Amino acid sequence: MLRTLTVTLSMALAAVAVPSVPAFAQDGPLKIEITDGVTEPMAIAIPAFHGDAEVAQRVRDVVAADLTGTGLFREIAAGAAAAPGSFGEAIAYEDWRAASAQALVSAEVTQSGDAISVKFRLYDVFAGQPQGDGMQFDARASDWRRAAHKIADQIYARLTGEQPYFDSRVAFVQEIGPKDARIKRVGVMDYDGQNILWMTDSASLVLAPQFSRDGRRLVYTSFDSGFPQIRVLDIATVSSRPLTQDTNSMAFSPRFSPDGRWIVYSREQGGNTDIWLMDAASGAQRPLVQSPSIDTAPSFSPDGQRIVFESDRSGNPQLYVVGVNGGEPTRISFGDGRYGSPAWSPKGDLIAFTKQVGDRFHIATMRTDGSAEKTLTESFLDESPTWAPNGRVVMFTRVAPGGNGQPKLHSVDITGRNMRPLSLDFAASDPSWGPLMP
Amino acid sequence: MIVWKKPAAAALLLTLAACAQPAPPVVQAPVFDPYANAAGGALYQGDLAGGVLGAQATAEYFNNSVGNTVLFPANQTALTTEARGILARQAEWLKTHTNFSAVVQGHAEETGTREYNLALGARRASAVQEYLIAQGVGSDRIRTLSFGKERPREVCSDEACYANNRRVVTVVSATGAGS
Repeated sequence: MLRTLTVTLSMALAAVAVPSVPAFAQDGPLKIEITDGVTEPMAIAIPAFHGDAEVAQRVRDVVAADLTGTGLFREIAAGAAAAPGSFGEAIAYEDWRAASAQALVSAEVTQSGDAISVKFRLYDVFAGQPQGDGMQFDARASDWRRAAHKIADQIYARLTGEQPYFDSRVAFVQEIGPKDARIKRVGVMDYDGQNILWMTDSASLVLAPQFSRDGRRLVYTSFDSGFPQIRVLDIATVSSRPLTQDTNSMAFSPRFSPDGRWIVYSREQGGNTDIWLMDAASGAQRPLVQSPSIDTAPSFSPDGQRIVFESDRSGNPQLYVVGVNGGEPTRISFGDGRYGSPAWSPKGDLIAFTKQVGDRFHIATMRTDGSAEKTLTESFLDESPTWAPNGRVVMFTRVAPGGNGQPKLHSVDITGRNMRPLSLDFAASDPSWGPLMP
Repeated sequence: MIVWKKPAAAALLLTLAACAQPAPPVVQAPVFDPYANAAGGALYQGDLAGGVLGAQATAEYFNNSVGNTVLFPANQTALTTEARGILARQAEWLKTHTNFSAVVQGHAEETGTREYNLALGARRASAVQEYLIAQGVGSDRIRTLSFGKERPREVCSDEACYANNRRVVTVVSATGAGS
């Protein structure tokens, strides 16, 4: 059975950010758990894709890079066993078993003018049977990378039982020039650093873009007016407008609510920074957290009911949770050091944050009640964690020390393993990982 | 040149009259302001800001001689004794030069998160603003903002640089003569 799923891939995002990947029943026994226990990656064979050789090779290489880039899979050498002679041909399971492959991918890529069509199947080598349905993706030829990410997403989801994340984009800030005269601009790229689109020019300082859950808008802080104010930007049209324009009050660190209706942000008045909620459509605002201390860096829970933020009301910065209707915030961090820039996982189970202990910085996670704190990284300066749409990988900024120190984006999984820099040929900071694309 | 015709003619008459020894006539010799007579001339009509020499009425003088920067200890927003001394001089200058307004810019060192440092810089800027107002500078002449850690003065990653980056810079600019 080959199920055909026609996916219209276009650079303009569809209206609803529903993952196109259904939650698969695990009809095969093959599965890799993303837990602390996994140390051995799953062996997967991805022999040359059939069809139009040039584009088939490109698609195959992206699928392989997506999968091995997780650290959960290692690729079996292409010649380890005889690949099927054509797509759909019987699999020589015995030979692949002998080559220690646990999973096998077979695919065919055909190009017709400006369109490509990609069919694939995943096989459980030890069980000697296909794992899940075959699928076909139809895309514009220029979207061949997205078609490849879709296939890798299917394979990842079937083999891990988790929601996938490869067909997603990341908003970020490019940094140009020395630290004391840095130029910054907002960009959006594929999760692997490809297909960069610039969203702002470099005329004014911009900070910390954040995706809306539908992936269509960004909110960010801009010094466009000379003073920090928040703006919203429509990605498809690359047009932005200010959300705040009060020059007696700074506004910064905005984030969308999961339903996109609200923007939570930091508002400064008379030197004191509080947390406010704004109706994204009308601009109507109300204070959510008000105290004489610094209250900043708010982030919504995925159900939109709670907000985690950073406050120094105890004397040094710690993390607190408050309901969207206000009330007394609950402190959730109690360890040594200074806690900041919390980000609530889209899966809802964890909060990632920045932690400074002495002169070292860490990206760490905790459960939403503050328990099970787990340190993932350590360096001179790590900050601004953002979650992959499946809540299993965190991307963050790592800044190198010194006058020539540049920020770079890195990712790490929630076990603290597989930390790797994103492959970019420029300095970048403040990542915001967008949703899985439809 | 037309301007000078009449006085030149008057001077000639005066010379001729002197020969006949009568009482010298009173001759009108108006002093013309050459700038006022040029179309759109640059006639300065404002006052001299309390009579202070113009050399002090510049942002350069404020920056270099009064001192535009105060420093803070790590994670602190309270003014040090040294900072108060500098701010007292800033206040005196601002009270004298009433045609200048100030933007008070708060900064933080690079350690610390971006958001917290923006808030910290705002607190520092506000502390400076409040002090200047308490010294008698009109509150409507001072605005504040924070750059957080985005605009360090020095770029090394040591306390020597951090100490100079935890700062508030008072940026003065003329609001226009006579306004």
